[in-house]
Amino acid sequence: MNIRSLASNWLGFALLTILLVVVFPALLDDFRLNLVGKYLSFGFVVLGLVLCWGYTGILSLGQGIFFGLGGYCIAMFLKLEASTPEATKIQSTPGIPDFMDWNQLTELPFFWQPFHSFGFTVFAIMAVPAAIAFILAYAMFKRRVGGVYFAIITQAVTAVLTILIIGQQGYTGGINGITDLRTLLGWDIRTDGAHNILYFVCVALLLVCILIGRFILKSKLGRILVAIRDKEERVRFSGYDVANFKTFVFCAAAALAGIGGAMFTLQVGFMSPTIIGIVPSIEMVIFCALGGRLSLIGALLGALIVNAAKTTFSEMFPELWLFAMGGLFIGVTLFFPKGLAGLVDDYVRPWLVKVLFGGGAKPTDRPAPTPAE
Amino acid sequence: MPVIGPIVESDILLALEGVTVSFDGFKAVNDLSLYIQKGELRVIIGPNGAGKTTVLDLICGRTKVSEGSIKFNDTEVTKLKEHEIVRLGIGRKFQNPSIYEDLTVLENLEISFPKGRGVFGSLAFRRSSEVVARIDEIAEMIFLKDQLNTKAEILSHGQKQWLEIGMLLIQDPDLLMLDEPVAGMSVAERVKTAELLNRIIEGRAVIVIEHDMKFVESIAHKVTVLHQGKVLAEGRMDVIQEDPRVREVYLGH
Repeated sequence: MNIRSLASNWLGFALLTILLVVVFPALLDDFRLNLVGKYLSFGFVVLGLVLCWGYTGILSLGQGIFFGLGGYCIAMFLKLEASTPEATKIQSTPGIPDFMDWNQLTELPFFWQPFHSFGFTVFAIMAVPAAIAFILAYAMFKRRVGGVYFAIITQAVTAVLTILIIGQQGYTGGINGITDLRTLLGWDIRTDGAHNILYFVCVALLLVCILIGRFILKSKLGRILVAIRDKEERVRFSGYDVANFKTFVFCAAAALAGIGGAMFTLQVGFMSPTIIGIVPSIEMVIFCALGGRLSLIGALLGALIVNAAKTTFSEMFPELWLFAMGGLFIGVTLFFPKGLAGLVDDYVRPWLVKVLFGGGAKPTDRPAPTPAE
Repeated sequence: MPVIGPIVESDILLALEGVTVSFDGFKAVNDLSLYIQKGELRVIIGPNGAGKTTVLDLICGRTKVSEGSIKFNDTEVTKLKEHEIVRLGIGRKFQNPSIYEDLTVLENLEISFPKGRGVFGSLAFRRSSEVVARIDEIAEMIFLKDQLNTKAEILSHGQKQWLEIGMLLIQDPDLLMLDEPVAGMSVAERVKTAELLNRIIEGRAVIVIEHDMKFVESIAHKVTVLHQGKVLAEGRMDVIQEDPRVREVYLGH
């Protein structure tokens, strides 16, 4: 691989790393940096959407639930840590989370017990969303349910689980969610210093996930995913069990979303059903579409841009914001279906490579656009 | 029914016996029996709606049989899934070129290479020199050696048909099924395709569905005529062409 194509392949990743590691921390105050960290936690979800929607053609309108499951897992751990018998001695049952006490629970439910262990919690953040995704995907894909039907089912499952979480107030905290989270293994996560460190943890994890995503997309598995999107039947008649591949990619997307949810909870300090329902799930698809569903980095920037815009404009025009976002989504799909990343791939990147490494780059010299960026 | 030479049990690669499939009561294939020998090239002809494509669908598992048995190398395939049947050694080409338009010719062939077919196998799969050599060999055969890095979507219609044949060849199947391989091809492409077919039948059996009688004459060893889901006649092309029943339902038109 020569220097030019190497640069063309890694330029985006390098610029993103500089932006997240150097530029944002240098320019933004603690409050804004924490906000960016919160936006970036949605970045994990859109990485998963790039794999399963962009490359494999499986549209999921239920990624929010996987985000939420990951977030609830870490929230349960943090809540247990905050609910020591000393801290909760005014409750009628000390030592259990406050909302359980308010709901007349007198002992910790069995499924809360394992979340005393940090190791288990870290495992569960990825495993619980992946396990739910596996059940859903295996049942649907083995029966060859796909396309719009699958999207509707993911949405139905999201609605059901959200209602379940809201309804089981004593076990989940209901509509308020799990709040008042304080320390992680004795380390106070509410301070500005902790927020800064969590931001860098989030960025590091995100960069690692991008590399894993690139590895998958560059392997033969990545090309099989594209093949499934193009001609599912031909893949089957090339000797592949298509359902296994779709199940794998859907579970991987769910596990990524779970990590994002956990990073969200850590940085924001609570987890609630309002963040995981149908509307947030659809918003996540919009982040991905706007940034570019064939580009890991593009989709991530999409999540950043839309979230930043949401914070800015929804304060000024709260009623108009949802319409603006809907309009944005329609506009992007109509006029540039590959999103912002598509525009960058076609115009900015060749120009940048030329500027950085000298001229003489005929358009045909340019390596075939590698959307696996 | 006229048959060329005596059929020896052990020479039979594929045996369909009493196969029936009905769609909402309509019997698209009706009590059909068909035997393909190892190394044989068989052409299936017949009017539209005779059940030709359905027969291929049944063999490769795309449609499930209602009654009857299909044995490939003495393995019953009617209960197997499509990818399991492929792995037994049956390759199927569809009527419309069915290739991955977003991938290059090389990638199309690579995906069809019969290694790394599991999720994690495909993740670990590397483009070894063995794979590259095999892809080169096949690409040469299907006249696409110079187009290896071309995106499949910009190939001509005929080249797409060849690519799909190549994708099957790289799996090295014992039985190759081609549904109208020359449909939409120019005369020159047809000649090349006939040449290709004559080359690839070595060491394997091939079933071809075709409407173009000139093309059939140029490749056929043995012809089966289907009509209303049943075998109407079977035998050498010149004998079949004289058969009054065949002329009545098909060739006469």
